Amino acid sequence: MSAPTTTPTTVTPSTRPVRQLGDRIFAGSATGAGVLILIVLAGVAVFLIAQAIPAFTASPEELPGGRNLAVYIGPLVFGTLLSALIALVIATPLAVCVALFITHYAPRRLAQGLGYVVDLLAAVPSIVYGLWGVAVLAPASLPFMTWLQDYLGWIPLFAGPVSATGRTMLVVGVTLAVMILPIITAVSREVFLQTPKLHEEAALALGATRWEMIRMAVLPFGRSGIISGAMLGLGRALGETMAVAIILSGSGIITFNLISSSNPSSIAANIALQFPDSTGVAVNTLIASGLVLFVITLLVNSIARWIINRRREFSGAN
Amino acid sequence: MTSDTRTDTDRARTDGELTEQAVVPMPLVRGELPRWAPWGILVASLVVVGGILAATGNFGIGLTLVLGALLYAGATYVVSRFVEGGRKATDRVVTIVVTVAFLIALIPLISVVVTVIQNGLARFDGAFFGNSMRGVVGAGGGGYHAIMGTLIITALAAVMSIPIGILTAVYLVEYGKGRLARAITFFVDVMTGIPSIVAGLFAFAFFALFAGPGIRFGFGGAVALSILMIPVVVRSTEEMLKIVPNELREAAYALGTPKWRTIVKVVIPTSIAGIASGVTLAIARVIGETAPLLIIAGLTTGVNLNPFSGRMTTLPVFAYNSYAAPGVPREPFVDRAWTSALVLIIIVLVLNLLARLVAKLFAPKTR
Amino acid sequence: MKTMRPKRARIAAVGLAASGAIVLAGCGAANEGSSSGGASAAPSANVSGTISGAGASTQQAATQAWVAGFTGSNPGATINYDPSGSGAGRTQFIAGGVDWAGSDAYIKGDEVAKAQQRCGGDIVEVPVYVSPIAVVYNLPGVDNLQLSPATLAKIFDKKITTWNDPAIAADNPGVTLPSTAIAPVNRSDKSGTTQNFTDYLKAAAGADWPHDVSDSWPVQGGEAAQGTSGVVGAVKAGQGTIGYADESQAQGLGQAKIKVGDQYVGPTPDGAAKLLESSERVSDGGPNAFAFKLNRTVTDASAYPVSLVSYAIACSKYSDAAKSGLVKAYLSYVISPEGQQAAQQAAGSAPLTDAIRQQITPAVSSIA
Repeated sequence: MSAPTTTPTTVTPSTRPVRQLGDRIFAGSATGAGVLILIVLAGVAVFLIAQAIPAFTASPEELPGGRNLAVYIGPLVFGTLLSALIALVIATPLAVCVALFITHYAPRRLAQGLGYVVDLLAAVPSIVYGLWGVAVLAPASLPFMTWLQDYLGWIPLFAGPVSATGRTMLVVGVTLAVMILPIITAVSREVFLQTPKLHEEAALALGATRWEMIRMAVLPFGRSGIISGAMLGLGRALGETMAVAIILSGSGIITFNLISSSNPSSIAANIALQFPDSTGVAVNTLIASGLVLFVITLLVNSIARWIINRRREFSGAN
Repeated sequence: MTSDTRTDTDRARTDGELTEQAVVPMPLVRGELPRWAPWGILVASLVVVGGILAATGNFGIGLTLVLGALLYAGATYVVSRFVEGGRKATDRVVTIVVTVAFLIALIPLISVVVTVIQNGLARFDGAFFGNSMRGVVGAGGGGYHAIMGTLIITALAAVMSIPIGILTAVYLVEYGKGRLARAITFFVDVMTGIPSIVAGLFAFAFFALFAGPGIRFGFGGAVALSILMIPVVVRSTEEMLKIVPNELREAAYALGTPKWRTIVKVVIPTSIAGIASGVTLAIARVIGETAPLLIIAGLTTGVNLNPFSGRMTTLPVFAYNSYAAPGVPREPFVDRAWTSALVLIIIVLVLNLLARLVAKLFAPKTR
Repeated sequence: MKTMRPKRARIAAVGLAASGAIVLAGCGAANEGSSSGGASAAPSANVSGTISGAGASTQQAATQAWVAGFTGSNPGATINYDPSGSGAGRTQFIAGGVDWAGSDAYIKGDEVAKAQQRCGGDIVEVPVYVSPIAVVYNLPGVDNLQLSPATLAKIFDKKITTWNDPAIAADNPGVTLPSTAIAPVNRSDKSGTTQNFTDYLKAAAGADWPHDVSDSWPVQGGEAAQGTSGVVGAVKAGQGTIGYADESQAQGLGQAKIKVGDQYVGPTPDGAAKLLESSERVSDGGPNAFAFKLNRTVTDASAYPVSLVSYAIACSKYSDAAKSGLVKAYLSYVISPEGQQAAQQAAGSAPLTDAIRQQITPAVSSIA
């Protein structure tokens, strides 16, 4: 949110004669924390840009792949966006449903336990999801992917041929969806719980069914939270390193085919895979690709902010 | 529950107003499906689907459940629409969709946990918790050094990130105005986009400035993790602070409470459950990091409890290395990797419990 | 009164957490009790101190064995090795961040001068880890696959796409081959294994291998997997798959025999050691740098040409005498028969032959 979300002007401290000492200390430290973040970030930015410059100025022959930087990073950007998009498309509706189930459908006693389970699953480290994806999900999804190819093969997404091992973009997308599902659920759930009880009861009192109450009171109130949660999830999906590196069979190509063994790799996974054995300009190139991921995440977040701000009248601190 | 009681009262009221019903040809209240109806339809759908599949020789539990759920939703809608009307029918279908979505979401999550437990139990023994890998070749050894490394590095990262993150969120929601707030919001968003390995490289480059390129220590790892953790804390806390109703703030101001006390005593306690949940998410995000720690915290086989000197191994790094570069035979290494993953999940579980406890202790008693 | 109870509970909770941490921290690891009191426990005048290395992950399993063996007889010594990759290892060595580097590729080009500058003198480079790279495949019903270099190159270049291709049949007379599609599996990360494998294909089947020698796989598309574990896992999981992986990790999979001269040879540690012996030394890095240009076109059927050699790169002198003593003692142990045997047991590598050891021992001994 770019504009301030402070309280109405009538109660801002400026209208008081003297600002309390405690207030000044507190406001100071809060501001200080914000400024500290800016300083750290400036440091990271300077580091990134300084390290990335040699890749931009180097001649194409020196770069990995021997062609220009765009040819190298392009497929990675595509792969990053594609995998994160699949994950988001699968995870967001499911997560909203799960959050609704926990907050409004499940019996109260059960709901608390369920909320706890979901929180716990948000905490499973990504490397575990990677190992799980390659050991369990990839083989288990082979029949499904064969089915997709047989019956939906006319859609370019499922053109095949099906990978022999199941380590495909689709499986990565599903794994990422599983990873971000608990994050989106946790944030959505907290927001749904904060829906003013008065709104809900008013809707029910007017004779609304449960679904109508949710549609009219809960979802509008929680929209900003859902988007925020989805963006947190998207951030994790875009930047996910180890799970993608372990699961995906990736190389530098661009294809929409989700179920074959040829897939575009993602930026973060590519950095993890190529960095250890890289020297010189190759390292700079990888950091330049990291810079691109930076920009992508920034754009995605800005769009989300813009959406949230358009609907800000539902925010509690308006 | 609520809807049931409401329709009962509705019915009682309309029963007493029969005359009106005679005047208006359209009934005010439609019929209602008996309580057993949803279950009946569910069983019937499953039996029908299972029967058809068995008859055609395609029987499979997964397929039966999927098609059965579809039939269940469809049949419920038709029956309910016929008996109860369109609005009720939609409500019932949404209930089914939400429940089914919940069950679908549970499948992979349960599968993950079961896989980790199954594979991790092999080495989940006293030796794993009592031994490091120093001097161990092949089988045996344990992850004590990695457990301690994880606890120390994560604790340091949390100590740095949580206050900064929460204070920043407070600033953005309660104080922030104009350029600075916009800049912070913008750069927090930028920070969520830092690839984890870049955070490690940055921490390494930063400390190498002062201590030379041989620097490897746990604290550096904690700094790298903080860079990854702070934006998550800020974003989730900010979201939770924003939905604290303004009425509460205004009530506190009206009583003459200074702003900072309002924030500390009213705003934060009201949203503490959400903040704790967000902090746990943030810790979970970083506790499983591998790449940045390999760069700045290094890898060692022995126990090192001093985060300011010497290499430190964490559980994910240990697990990843055991999996990626095993010796011969392979099994002991892979077993240790899975057990590390299991222990990591258990640690997070305990942290989660602590966060809940904190939330409970600090939350206002009214709810 | 409302604040009393929670406060006490809060303190209790914090106290509980803290005491838990102390209990955990109080006990050290059961297997490392005596390392601090090493001076009195050590029977002879052993080396002590800490050195750190970084580099190739191929060496990691062997390094664990070396470190265990070395610190077993020198309890005062601590040796760390970060498997951060060959390139990162060399870079850190040049920057002075680590005392030695493990590298799948020998040091060359402008890195030599930089390394010499870092050392303030010569560098010492010796082969420490030799391992055959197995061509692994998963094709039920075919147990003894034989491949000529040209066929191998065409398979990995995706020119041959089914297992019953005439070229494969010609290499395997009398074997019934299924019409299964071939799914070549390559490394998705940069690696010395890929470097050595493409080097072999280029040298032994240059006409059928139009790509460069490279540490990242040059053919676009196709099944790619991370690390040796990933490739082995992918080959196991699929049908009709073929890949290349460190022989020690390829147990339980079909391993193709490769045509050497006019015979077909399977991957064996001895064959890899033999290959190193018959290879020519390249002295890019100065008098104490023993790097070898592996003889991929060897015709002696006792050698196995698809092999990998990994090096340790150190300085010939260190500013700190204790450090140089420790590096020297450690590397001497690594190339000794005992060290090489320990690596063979723990990592399945090929022990260095005596002929090679005689060549390289003076280089290690020169560290001062």
